[in-house]
Amino acid sequence: MPVLLDLFLTFLKIGAVSFGGGYSMIPLVTEEVVGKGWMTESQVLDFIAVSESTPGPVAVNMATFVGATQGGILGALISTFGVVLPAFVIILVVASVLKGLLKYAPTNAFLCGVRPVVMGLIVGTGVTLILTVIFGLSRISDSLSFDYRAFFIFSFVAFLSVLYKKMKKRTLSPIVIILISAVFGIVLYGFL
Amino acid sequence: MSKLKELFVLFLTFFKIGLITFGGGYAMVAIIEREFTERKKWLSAEEFADVLAIAESTPGPISVNSATFIGYKRRGFWGAFFSTLGLILPSLIIIFVISLFFDRFMELEYVKYAFYGIRAGVSFLILSAGIRLFLKLKKTPYNTIAFILSATLLVAISLFSWNFSSVFIILIGGGIGLLSWLIGFIRNKTKEKGGRK
Repeated sequence: MPVLLDLFLTFLKIGAVSFGGGYSMIPLVTEEVVGKGWMTESQVLDFIAVSESTPGPVAVNMATFVGATQGGILGALISTFGVVLPAFVIILVVASVLKGLLKYAPTNAFLCGVRPVVMGLIVGTGVTLILTVIFGLSRISDSLSFDYRAFFIFSFVAFLSVLYKKMKKRTLSPIVIILISAVFGIVLYGFL
Repeated sequence: MSKLKELFVLFLTFFKIGLITFGGGYAMVAIIEREFTERKKWLSAEEFADVLAIAESTPGPISVNSATFIGYKRRGFWGAFFSTLGLILPSLIIIFVISLFFDRFMELEYVKYAFYGIRAGVSFLILSAGIRLFLKLKKTPYNTIAFILSATLLVAISLFSWNFSSVFIILIGGGIGLLSWLIGFIRNKTKEKGGRK
């Protein structure tokens, strides 16, 4: 099979079956790209680290990277297209069906039950991240190690957000928050 | 706003989001909430939660799903198209460039330090997005209990490395919603019947 077609079909499959996004798709991607001889297992691990420090969804990053190394710019484009296509089509279908379904009481009842749960999941994710980043606690068996630098950055952007909201009556742009965090990261971890 | 201008705003906003979101999934969700619910006010808290529930329970990356959905809701097919394109274009370009000198990129110390800082900032963004959305929701006993329980459950799942997908938690919430509606529906029916007698 020509490599471009192979790339497209492989990432189409990955895009179609990875639920929940992000890290849940890593085992599947590893299996596929290692099995096809496109990357070694340690390259995959390295790349996941890179993917964490570059913007964008892990799945998309992975597709672009594997595509680029196997088929240049065209490979990158085709793999990325493949990984995004299933999500795009499925959401279009769901969104257009939902429009009609929202007229019915059961749909609304279902969504009413779901809403607080989704908001709870966001807060839960935030708390998990805080435990990992500030307290070094990603598993219950880990020993507590307090990272005062991370705590300082967290407190600083929280304080700044509240202050900005009070003074300007607008929400501080997330770009500003990310940039400030990055600068503090370099200064605190690199020079202190 | 004219159609063309709105498509452009969608593209640009998601391009920005794609460019600055490190740490995947929920970091992006937090930023999408800040941009579209808090600042632009294109989505209510309820609508945003619906987008997220659907994005989480369909295949594909959450951020791509949310972009497609919000784009479609706002401006149909082309809205979805330009939102998704905007979201993935930055990482497409950045990763392509990185792939050209992958090994050297790994050695950049300051990239690592910047990322440590960003993780701390992102954890604030995610936490504040969740709390802010909840504060906008009607305060019913179910909402409060479901909110606290699902947050606790998610933390426990990751601390104890349980194998339990958050899609199931969402479905349980939806099931409870349906069930309470059904009970109310049946109660009304029997009342009507009783009234007629």
